[in-house]
Amino acid sequence: MGPLQKKHLIITGLIILAGIFPFINQNDYWLHILTLSFIWMIAVYGLNLLAGYTGYLSLAHAGFFAIGAYSLGLLTVKAGINYWAALVLSCVITSVIGFLIGLISLRTREHFFAIYTLCVGYVIYLVIDKWDSLTGGVRGLIGIPAPSNIGPLSFESTLSQYYLVLFFLLATIFVMYRIVHSLSGRTFIAIRNSEELAGTIGISTMKNKLVVFVLSTFFAGLAGALYASFIRFIGPDIGYTTVIFDLLTYLLVGGIGTLAGPVVGTMLIVSVSQSLQFLQDYRMLIFGPLLTLIIIFYPRGIVGFFSDWYRKRQSTKLQSQKKKQVKSNMDDEDLHEDRVKEG
Amino acid sequence: MEILTQQLFNGLTIGSVYSLVALGLTLVYGILHIPNFAHGALYMLGAYVTLTSMLLWDFNYWLAISISIIVVGLLGVLMERLVFNPLKNAPPIHDKIAAIGILLFLEAFAQLMWGADYRSMSTPYGEVVNIFGTTVTMQRVLINVGAVIVMITLYLFLKKTIVGSTIIAMAQNRKGAHLVGINTNKVAMLTFLISGALAAIAASLSAPINLVFPGMGHLVILKAFVIIILGGMGSIPGAIVGGYILGFSESLGATYISNDYKDIIAFVLLIIILSFKPQGLFSKEGV
Amino acid sequence: MFIETKELTKQFGGLAAVKNVDFAIEKGKINAIIGPNGAGKSTFFNLVSGSYRPTSGQVFYKGENITNLPSNKIAKLGVSRTFQTTNLFEQATVLDNVIVGHRLRTQSNLLDAVLRTKRYKREEKQCRDKAMEVLDFTGLTHITDQLAGSITQEEKKRVAFALALATDPEVVFLDEPAAGINPGETEGLAELMKKMVKKGITVCLIEHKMQMVMKLAEKIMVLNYGEKIAEGTADEVMSNKKVIKAYLGGDASA
Repeated sequence: MGPLQKKHLIITGLIILAGIFPFINQNDYWLHILTLSFIWMIAVYGLNLLAGYTGYLSLAHAGFFAIGAYSLGLLTVKAGINYWAALVLSCVITSVIGFLIGLISLRTREHFFAIYTLCVGYVIYLVIDKWDSLTGGVRGLIGIPAPSNIGPLSFESTLSQYYLVLFFLLATIFVMYRIVHSLSGRTFIAIRNSEELAGTIGISTMKNKLVVFVLSTFFAGLAGALYASFIRFIGPDIGYTTVIFDLLTYLLVGGIGTLAGPVVGTMLIVSVSQSLQFLQDYRMLIFGPLLTLIIIFYPRGIVGFFSDWYRKRQSTKLQSQKKKQVKSNMDDEDLHEDRVKEG
Repeated sequence: MEILTQQLFNGLTIGSVYSLVALGLTLVYGILHIPNFAHGALYMLGAYVTLTSMLLWDFNYWLAISISIIVVGLLGVLMERLVFNPLKNAPPIHDKIAAIGILLFLEAFAQLMWGADYRSMSTPYGEVVNIFGTTVTMQRVLINVGAVIVMITLYLFLKKTIVGSTIIAMAQNRKGAHLVGINTNKVAMLTFLISGALAAIAASLSAPINLVFPGMGHLVILKAFVIIILGGMGSIPGAIVGGYILGFSESLGATYISNDYKDIIAFVLLIIILSFKPQGLFSKEGV
Repeated sequence: MFIETKELTKQFGGLAAVKNVDFAIEKGKINAIIGPNGAGKSTFFNLVSGSYRPTSGQVFYKGENITNLPSNKIAKLGVSRTFQTTNLFEQATVLDNVIVGHRLRTQSNLLDAVLRTKRYKREEKQCRDKAMEVLDFTGLTHITDQLAGSITQEEKKRVAFALALATDPEVVFLDEPAAGINPGETEGLAELMKKMVKKGITVCLIEHKMQMVMKLAEKIMVLNYGEKIAEGTADEVMSNKKVIKAYLGGDASA
């Protein structure tokens, strides 16, 4: 069985596992945690496309997450719009704001971009926190409805929301897979490696960066909107810098610039956090140094570590196979020579 | 009129604190090209160490500040050795993430050690004095005078001593400095030491008029970044002038525009600057 | 004229890195720019390929003024270049690294990529075929599936050539192609350049290794302190007094 088939088998297995999980585990609490993890994963995928594949570390994505969440909350609670229309609109609103911010912020690079986006994120948080009349300020926004029925499908229960979010997650992963393994994906990676080189092979760096930025805010907004309708209550703290640091931790631990990284990192950190419940606010005592150590020793996270290890094993296998082949060839020649001598 | 002078004095005081924090940040940036996101955590720890020394061991204010300077300075050196030095040749995204990791750790650490509560720091300089017709507390005067003394000392150190001039040399050209035999590792450590010490001084001086809590560094560090972009990344005079500009605009903005949104002023300023000058004001790059 | 610069000048702060340089690159030949360290060779390259904007002066490509075009537009017109160090994506294969080189000749967008439309499939094949073609041309077919991080310095240079060639250029600028490799390998690269010219691609290179340039280049320009001090064939340049002085370290202005 080739490595590609193996990979497909693992992926299919995981999807099936995610599909039947609610039947194996009847515990509503774990279903809740898992659904939340899926929502975070969608946001982390958005961040990954930008920071991991294109090389632009955005620290504003908690802000875009919050924009998505508040758009949905306000559209459904205050404007009374149908849930699905509000969901689409929330993503559109986040993307449009993302487009405008990207247009300006992407003119900056490296440190400036990180600082700029950190400040943008903070401004978004402050606006949500202070704009009492619209957002409810520190009191937050309550009574956000669950997704409304589609024909016979109802999304009131935790179980149905689990499947809904899983659906969006799988769609996100599918889109990411297609993008990363495409000419566009290669273009983004070229920009990450060297913007100067990318320019000289004819790539319009600004246009491509903007596309990535908007797309990544789209996914942050989608995650935010799903979060709002799942938790039913949102406060300004979902836009605070701690959220972007959480997302970054998920991404880094799993593997920045890898396709499986967001899933691996989020699952791992969330489940470890669950078993370290007693730590609560002190979890960063462990995750902070972890983040630093990983970036020093395994910059491509767990997934990067394993794929390097796997590749190394493959190549040594290949080499030893080659050696064996060469050896057997030599043996053949020896035999031949012997025969010649004998003859 | 009295409100105006009061607000100007407030601006001066806030500006002094900002300048000290921004100085530490700009020194590290100038020499190592690291935007040290963990600098705010050093600031926060500076306040806690001073507070603890005063409460726990009953040290007087100045002794407590000295201890804080040493502790936080050494912490800076440790950060350089353990984290930033190994990442010297890594892609630019890495040192930023590493700094964020340190920041998260130090904040959680502070919360574990001292709790999440807001605390206040007492000061022996609580009395009220009258200057130019405005009444101010002695502590606020102390912040301004202290900041100026620190800035002058730093200036003399950088300009008049050999060690100081190596820092300047390295800030201008790291490779060149290495070629003429400057021990770049030592300079890097020294810079982090100074940067930590400045953060400790700023925090210890301002803590009595503010509150001490684990997240106290968040806003300060963000604003310090705005300041050094305003004043030119790596520029020492820029950090000082930028600090005071922001201090004044905030205190005047709080009075005449809106107290709620005064914290936004800095960021709006930054967004405007970077929108027009993506490399920051006073960028050296010719292209 | 194929490529022509007119009074090209670039100043950094108060210093002129390139000063009033008039130079013509001749079609179908190997052109070379030489000069001592810091003579402004790389800056000149960056000006022609659109990485820098000149302070004054113009660059013409086939009669068209390309002075203020961004580098990606210049690349589309058929001007390609390599860098002294090539940042390859080390975790990907050589082939994967080169495929993106033909991206500029394709139209498909993100939506095509997600939906895998007909256009996308056609263009991906087109890029893949192009990559294989240039890898074959540069003699790299045996390492197409190796990781870019695991290949030798000389192979990396060849990959950089391949990447530049994948853009379907009419002219390729090579920035010190022989830096950091041994004489035998240099010989191989020289052969490759000749092969490129034979295929109708104009070559212009910056090089420190004088022997290589003198043997290879049909037209040479010598820069010193940002100014052109000589131009012509190898023999003409070698016998030029200014050039000898510049290279022997004498006072060039004397």
